[in-house]
Amino acid sequence: MAEENGDVSGVATLTKKDFTSDQEPRWCPGCGDYAILAAVQGFMPELGIEPHNTVFISGIGCSGRFTYYMDTYGFHGIHGRAPAIATGVATANPDLHVWVVTGDGDALSIGGNHLIHALRRNVNIKILMFNNQIYGLTKGQYSPTSEEGKVTKSTPFGSVDHPFNPVALALGAEATFVARTVDNDRKHLTDVLRQATEHPGSAFVEIYQNCNVFNDGAFDLIRDKQQGLHNQIRLVDGEPIVFDEGTRCLAFALAHLSHGPTEPTCIGVFHEEDRSTYGEAVRSQLERAVERLGPGDLKTLLHGGDTWTVG
Amino acid sequence: MASRPTGSMSKTVEERDHVVIRFAGDSGDGMQLTGDRFTNATAILGNDLATLPDFPAEIRAPAGTVHGVSAFQIQFANNDVTTPGDHADVLVAMNPAALRADLDKVARGGTIIINEDSFTQRNLEKAGYASDPATDGTLDGYQIYPVPMTSITVRAVESLGVGKKEAERSKNMFALGLVSWMYGRPVDVTLRWLEKKFGGKPEIYEANVASFNAGYNFGETTELFAHQIHVAAAPVTEGIYRNVAGSQALAWGLIAASVRSGVPLFYASYPITPASDLLHELSKHKNFGVVTIQAEDEIAAANMALGAAFTGHLGVTGTSGPGIDLKAETIGLAVITELPMILVDVMRAGPSTGMPTKNEQGDLLHAMFGRHGESPIPIVAPSSPADCFSVALEAARVAIRYRTPVILLSDSFLQNSSEPWLLPDVDALPTIDPRFATPNGSDFLPYARDERLARPWAIPGTPGLEHRIGGLEREDRTGDISYEAENHERMTQIRREKVDGIAADIPPLEVDDPTGDAELLVLGWGSTAGTIRAAVQRVRGAGERVATAHLRWLNPMPTNTGEVVTKYRRVLIPELNSGQLTMLIRARFLADAKTFSKVQGLPIWADELEDAIVRMLHG
Ligand code: SF4
Repeated sequence: MAEENGDVSGVATLTKKDFTSDQEPRWCPGCGDYAILAAVQGFMPELGIEPHNTVFISGIGCSGRFTYYMDTYGFHGIHGRAPAIATGVATANPDLHVWVVTGDGDALSIGGNHLIHALRRNVNIKILMFNNQIYGLTKGQYSPTSEEGKVTKSTPFGSVDHPFNPVALALGAEATFVARTVDNDRKHLTDVLRQATEHPGSAFVEIYQNCNVFNDGAFDLIRDKQQGLHNQIRLVDGEPIVFDEGTRCLAFALAHLSHGPTEPTCIGVFHEEDRSTYGEAVRSQLERAVERLGPGDLKTLLHGGDTWTVG
Repeated sequence: MASRPTGSMSKTVEERDHVVIRFAGDSGDGMQLTGDRFTNATAILGNDLATLPDFPAEIRAPAGTVHGVSAFQIQFANNDVTTPGDHADVLVAMNPAALRADLDKVARGGTIIINEDSFTQRNLEKAGYASDPATDGTLDGYQIYPVPMTSITVRAVESLGVGKKEAERSKNMFALGLVSWMYGRPVDVTLRWLEKKFGGKPEIYEANVASFNAGYNFGETTELFAHQIHVAAAPVTEGIYRNVAGSQALAWGLIAASVRSGVPLFYASYPITPASDLLHELSKHKNFGVVTIQAEDEIAAANMALGAAFTGHLGVTGTSGPGIDLKAETIGLAVITELPMILVDVMRAGPSTGMPTKNEQGDLLHAMFGRHGESPIPIVAPSSPADCFSVALEAARVAIRYRTPVILLSDSFLQNSSEPWLLPDVDALPTIDPRFATPNGSDFLPYARDERLARPWAIPGTPGLEHRIGGLEREDRTGDISYEAENHERMTQIRREKVDGIAADIPPLEVDDPTGDAELLVLGWGSTAGTIRAAVQRVRGAGERVATAHLRWLNPMPTNTGEVVTKYRRVLIPELNSGQLTMLIRARFLADAKTFSKVQGLPIWADELEDAIVRMLHG
């Protein structure tokens, strides 16, 4: 729709302000979420996507507030269900640009089922998963990405749960675009998000996000400028480490290169492939049905089958 | 074309007002199809009718066992039929298990036609009979007609080159032919259907026709059956009719709502008995622009429908008991975001998995109160299979006009049973104006309200109306998040008043009180309507004065409900639960209502309700 209505000059004049709502962000000072918000608000105008054709959908958790700060259409849903709401939105109107903002608890714990099914269907949604390896909003319990042995309020003797590897999970769920980036590297973050936006279909982006209140420094090895230099393995398509985004097995191997952000870890786009999007497939099925059966006619529907006349 | 039976009536004909027939056999015996075909021929003959399929709970229960029995019951008459009948006048039992499962559903002195060939020692054992009930006195007091259906069928199709298995399989057509003769059903309707169904497979077609004819001729020529029974056509309103099951009528009602509102239909659902037929039916009609999604789970289905509603579609999700539990949180989200949406709950029996194939009206209070916080929601219930059509339209009208989720409480009886339906004039169906919000230059207020307290429906893609909604409490008008004490109280009140206000937009509760001086009111809701009508007709026939009323909207109730229920000295509420409507009526109107309760997974029978009414009148 953006493209059709788009008067080019209008698009060109979009600025960060057009995507910034009048609500004041209320994350803790120093939270990594601010940087992500700024990056998203900053790069959206460049894409020429208009706010009225954009929908942000979030779940519950600190990340859930994101929706309120974007001056687009927005739906702050219930815990874990954002991918399902987004599936409804993106299928009902495949012309919209639909974003899901979620966290590690929201996406991988309570909403795990919706996440994997949205990915396998290749619903045209961009999923930004803020991974801070902790439950922030509920004040510090371990999450499905917390490392084993994690001491939190709910695990005073250390967690015995084995964590998810979100990138591997998304790859296993047949996602067509899988990437990882970090909150404080504006350029890398923007580059990855831009590629995600341009990808037709589901894009899963794990963002290492620092929760400076309940899990400060969890990603220092990767995020920190000095340490990052040694520990970030940047994936660039076609460049050494000789890498091809189209190979799912290779992406799997790269996803498993580290057990977590405690050792050298890949960031960048792990995998991208072309597959028809869910919304388009549904739409073309509707069109084919009209071609085959003719446009729906209520009288024909009711009078089809055996009828009889009295009088 | 195969030869047709002569149809000559050489035997005597007996007139009857109404007849109840039950076809019962093994799941593989094709009893649903037989019943369905008999129903069509009966409808075309002009009898009024009601049907009820009775499926086994197991998909593939061992053949020949009582668990594997599948039955189909039909009542037809020369006058108003309101139920599929309490007890069968005729039972067609294709095997011993069918006899064992359904004997208690046959009226005393009723007719039992058995497939003699299947009453072997082995089959008797499988059905749990120690001796042959046909000869050991079990069936004393019934009229028994043993017919060697399998062997006659096999002989009739012998020359057609179909295998023995196929030949045996067409014995249900023999049964259909025989019963068609007994009740003088038109033959051409069935033959035409066979041609349509099996036209591409000449051998199978010929075999079915031959078996059907063999059954018909068997009735006519053998001396076993002394006479035919004739049930005259029922006097009904002029027009075009068809037979319709509740699940079809409900699906078509939703499609009609989409057509009449111009709002595309979006149905998301997870497979669950007995609601899956709704998904099956809707997914056939994509040429109406109907989007159907089989979601990954019940919760996803509800959220997809809600997301679609946000995007300007008529979002609908359908389920049954366990699914409505899972959807509760999403319904709450729909309540606070004030989006139009329909939740169809096809009720089934029991808590938890309960008895998935059996009927109950156990979810009324769940629909009313089954969410955390104060979360009012309109509830509407159809009263007959065909009524599902107009109730679906009505639910959509209210959902769209008031920007609210609506719960449509159907049940497994309504979904599965069928009745003749006087087809409506589609051009005369009400239109629904979605009144999508359009930009008016000033700041958009997503929680501003119209005279009905409905907020704007502003759909993504509309320039200038960008806004955010969600599950957090919002400030009135602006829709900004607000935890302010007074605002929450005001919003709670607005949500309640909005739903209560729908009462002004629905017809008053109609009371049927022919003499105007009845002392007892029988008040019902949902699928018990037919039984209530039948029982009250009988009581009135005996000279008693009884009034009836039936609630279509359970929340809000029509404005005169309090007046009606307090006007009568006694109020009896028959329900397939332990008294849920009764609780609401008593709490709300201080009326001394009593429950007639039944929770057996079975319908209330007209005769037991008749007794209850008489007891209440004279007890
Ligand atoms: S709790 Fe952590 S993640 Fe949540 S806002 Fe505060 S710093 Fe950010």
